[in-house]
Amino acid sequence: MSASSVSAEQADATGTDRARKKGPKSSIWARFDHVVVPYILISPFFILFVAFGIFPIVYSALVSFQTFRSETLTFPSGNSEVLYTERWVGLENYQKVLTNWDFTQALLNTLGLFVFSAIPQLMFALVLASLLNRRLRAQSLFRIGILIPYITPIVASSLVFVTFFSEQYGQANWLLGLFGFEHESGIGGSAQVLDGIDWRAERWSSWLAIIIMINWKWTGYNALLYLAAMQSIPKDVYEAAALDGASAWKQLWSITVPMIRPMVIFTVVLSTIGSLQLFAEPVLLDEDPSSGEGGGLRHLWRTVAQLIWYTGWGDPKDFGYAGAMSWVLFVVVVLLAGFNAFVSNKIGGRK
Amino acid sequence: MTATIDEAPEAQAPKNKRNKAALLGRSPQDTPAGAFNYILLGFILLVGAWPIYWAGIMSTWKEDKLFQAGAPQATPGPYFQFNWDIMTVKIREQGYPAYDNVQFVQSFFNSVIVVAVVVTATLFFCSLAGFAFAKLKFKGRDPLFYFVVLTLTIPAQLGIVGAYQIMDTLGWVDTLLAVTVPALVSAFGVFYMRQFIEDAIPDEIIESARVDGATTFRVFWEIVVPTVRPAMGVLGLITAVNAWNEYQWALVAVGGSDAQTIGPALHNLRVGNTPKNSIVLTGSFLASLPLIALLAVAGRQIVRGIMEGAVKT
Repeated sequence: MSASSVSAEQADATGTDRARKKGPKSSIWARFDHVVVPYILISPFFILFVAFGIFPIVYSALVSFQTFRSETLTFPSGNSEVLYTERWVGLENYQKVLTNWDFTQALLNTLGLFVFSAIPQLMFALVLASLLNRRLRAQSLFRIGILIPYITPIVASSLVFVTFFSEQYGQANWLLGLFGFEHESGIGGSAQVLDGIDWRAERWSSWLAIIIMINWKWTGYNALLYLAAMQSIPKDVYEAAALDGASAWKQLWSITVPMIRPMVIFTVVLSTIGSLQLFAEPVLLDEDPSSGEGGGLRHLWRTVAQLIWYTGWGDPKDFGYAGAMSWVLFVVVVLLAGFNAFVSNKIGGRK
Repeated sequence: MTATIDEAPEAQAPKNKRNKAALLGRSPQDTPAGAFNYILLGFILLVGAWPIYWAGIMSTWKEDKLFQAGAPQATPGPYFQFNWDIMTVKIREQGYPAYDNVQFVQSFFNSVIVVAVVVTATLFFCSLAGFAFAKLKFKGRDPLFYFVVLTLTIPAQLGIVGAYQIMDTLGWVDTLLAVTVPALVSAFGVFYMRQFIEDAIPDEIIESARVDGATTFRVFWEIVVPTVRPAMGVLGLITAVNAWNEYQWALVAVGGSDAQTIGPALHNLRVGNTPKNSIVLTGSFLASLPLIALLAVAGRQIVRGIMEGAVKT
């Protein structure tokens, strides 16, 4: 409110006196303007949200109770034909989702990647924010600079990182090689010793690659959010702490972090939502994403979003099954968001 | 502030600045950054910028420099024109795939169109709705606004199967409508504009304009729009970044078609073809350039938008 007190005074001088005398006009048009127009102003959001936000989710549910697929049949003669199937099957797709290992595995991958990427990401962001929360020369330069990963198109940055994680001559392995890491590649006569590790070969290494990509992309953005919260902490809180003789490091942990707790909860919720949609990094990490069904040889790093994509847009296109997956994921999202908020509150509440 | 207390001990014990500062209860943001602080920040900037810088370097070399033993290539070479010609199918070369499904230039301009339309519409609709939520009185205003905020937490991706079916029914798949229309207004935008308008425009001004007979729309055009221009700038930038970077939905909705946007174009650069990384990186670098330029020109506003949007939550 106080932001534009000058214009408020002007308004007082010109407007409010007359306002008291005259009162509002009472024609039909004025009533329309007061009663209906506000709804017209907010209607674009609600129309579009209902049409392209809620309706698709509901529609996914309808689809999920059907076998809704199209597949390309190739005959021995060489001709091919697309076969569509559409019929109600009740809960069959859900049964498939809950009993097939595919979905469970993808869900575990997604949750695992969420936990192991969110924790370091928020830690790094906190450290970066406290580095920025100083009297700095070229302050804007640093703040803008740390946003480079955030504004880079996710496909572009993932494609660059994928070359970093190449088994031979990738930059990640070159770096690891400097520290003496080596691994053996190939079998028999073609076996050779290469620098670093085979990133796509194991669960932990492929996950690490994805976690590095996520952290690279989101740390700066989260740091800005923390920085915003840090700068709104009243300065006298720190003055009071001086009596205890707190060091800079202790100051961070005992004053700053508790004071920005709401923001920490906010970022945890944000990264939960983001992680559950994890798609670009795992898809592009595949050496050849168009063959196979994602996540490497044993689907080591295939996420739910990826599985839904391969199910609905691969061949066959099985939209019913994909729709059921979306809905199970939806339930998980809701549960997890609630659980998250609860835990963050508890942890912070002890302080 | 505590300026008088701060100065004196700094002069006496300049070596132990930071701890002294803490002892004196100076807030971190008033504490000058030490050398270590600058070194760490510099290192972080380097790590953040390196992948894009290197992609730019690689757009000027052939594949052999990409995977070379030892330290990565860090200086530009002479092959940019070659990579560009291959990527845009001006020339075909032995050993390189024909990138017919990439259509880099067309995809690039499709994205420009999408961004322009989405940003314009988002600014218009979101400031209208933000204005209504901030300054107009109507039944159900607060619950409706909470609903808007709540929708922020629903990942759009959950409806991707249904959304595709709907687009298919409408005949919008493989047209720019599929990637434009759903993005014309955003919950974040409504929320952000509402918070800004709430603070920036005193109720008295609006009341007095109304008394003078101004309709709601006139109040919007003549009072709200001029005042919230800075906020519109910020929202426009953030919307542009998001629209340019759209990937998964664009991939299923327009991927491989004439209406392909830049995200799926990059995807096809690698996935739809045998990967030739010098070309992949040329495309990645060029697709990042508009946003890097935007950050260079309007970085302050983007930073402000993110920080303000966060604090008001």
